[in-house]
Amino acid sequence: MIELKGISKRFGDLVVLNGVDFQVRPGETVALLGPSGVGKSVLLKHINGLIRPDAGEAWVDGMNVHALKRKELARLRSRIGYVFQNGALFDSLTVYDNIKLGITDEACADDEAYCRDRVAQCLDLVNLPQETAVKFPAELSGGMRKRVGIARAIAGQPTYLLWDEPTSGLDPVNADIIDALVEKLDDELGVTSVVVTHDVRGAFRVADRIALLHEGRIRAMGTPAELRASQDPTVQQFLERDLTIPVTY
Amino acid sequence: MESQSVTLDIRRLVGRFSLRSTSHVGRVSYLALEMARAIPEWRIWVPRMFEQAAAVGYGSLFIVGLTAGFAGAVTSLQAGYQFTGSIPVYFAAGVIVESIILELGPVLTALVLAGRVGARYAAELGTMRVTEQIDALESLGRSPISHLVLPRVVAGTFMLPVLVIFADLVGIAAGWFASSGALEMTNADFVYGAQYFFRPYDVWYSMIKSFAFGLAITVVPCYVGFTTQQGAEGVGRSTTAAVVSASVLILFLDAALAKVLLKT
Repeated sequence: MIELKGISKRFGDLVVLNGVDFQVRPGETVALLGPSGVGKSVLLKHINGLIRPDAGEAWVDGMNVHALKRKELARLRSRIGYVFQNGALFDSLTVYDNIKLGITDEACADDEAYCRDRVAQCLDLVNLPQETAVKFPAELSGGMRKRVGIARAIAGQPTYLLWDEPTSGLDPVNADIIDALVEKLDDELGVTSVVVTHDVRGAFRVADRIALLHEGRIRAMGTPAELRASQDPTVQQFLERDLTIPVTY
Repeated sequence: MESQSVTLDIRRLVGRFSLRSTSHVGRVSYLALEMARAIPEWRIWVPRMFEQAAAVGYGSLFIVGLTAGFAGAVTSLQAGYQFTGSIPVYFAAGVIVESIILELGPVLTALVLAGRVGARYAAELGTMRVTEQIDALESLGRSPISHLVLPRVVAGTFMLPVLVIFADLVGIAAGWFASSGALEMTNADFVYGAQYFFRPYDVWYSMIKSFAFGLAITVVPCYVGFTTQQGAEGVGRSTTAAVVSASVLILFLDAALAKVLLKT
């Protein structure tokens, strides 16, 4: 279970998060919606301790993330897969080595046969051909880089997956492919996911619950149906832009 | 009124500068502490250190040799110009060898490497920071210090003394060659002059300086690169800041070590 309690964060004079309370139950997929620059990624990075809050606490599996010691935090992080907005692949390493770095269990990472099998499995899961393994990130398209980033995030068999804008910068076809992948991985791996996105249609497709981040706080949170029925003008204004075409959920 | 506002501005400037400097010192100290804590993770940083050492050492041989060679030859020519007719010619050999071992070898090599290696480290780590590769390492439960910083710092710090020895040898050889041509100094004169002024401690002094310079040209750029912000422009700024800061620190260390280590 992920629980954020009163998280506040400012950068200089800019208040990005102002007392955010947020909960994700085991096994569910929560989409965190909001316009660009509202602090969604900043909030996500509090969950695995990449950013330290000015106030508030982030709890994962009953552990206060920012109070953990170095090794405990590393162990916790090995159970949290993080899919970065632009892949964040190590450009000096091949796709194989990038995905292998995602194998966080030391004994498994030292076993070359296990690594080969696991990398092949992960490439299959993200629908990439096995030949991709020998390529470098610079040789891949944007969509392929995102999928390698996903493969790296799932290589360590995480309990949680944090998705930072998985479809941003992609054309609609590739965005649909990635959304389908998010759904598929959540179902097949049974992970608990937080998906940060400004793509409303994608969020309604993949999420069990949706939260809207507005002016540093969670403005609304509920199932897709509850959110659509919300009378809050801010929620309606945000959803209307992208939900003029009906979506099934 | 006007003078009061100027005074206030100066106070503010001094205040800001002090705060910023203290913050940098604190963060560099924290980085050093993190490096010390990463030492037991030798299985991670030692193999990467050898890769970096090859890149720093072998990759810098040409530019270091070229710089030292010219420095040795020019020192020889200038010594000849100043000393001709006034003092025995073997004095020039002493000046050449001592200048190269005590000052030119370590300082020129460090300044060249501050540009070559410091810029590279800052740009590499800065790019990794702004493209979230460092965040990615951390998110995988791996320490960026043991994967990225420690191998670079250890490799650079230990390769610099090796390169300085190489620079000293090339510089002295070039000085010897130039003096035999331009000053008509015999080999016997050169060897006599070199030995006459030489003290074994000079080599130790040169190595201690090189080691300190090695730390300067690795820790500073790694810190600057590691704390890069704001995209490509930020990487450019970091690279420049790394080279300038490392070069200035080399000059300060040079003066400080001369004062502390050379008892005259």
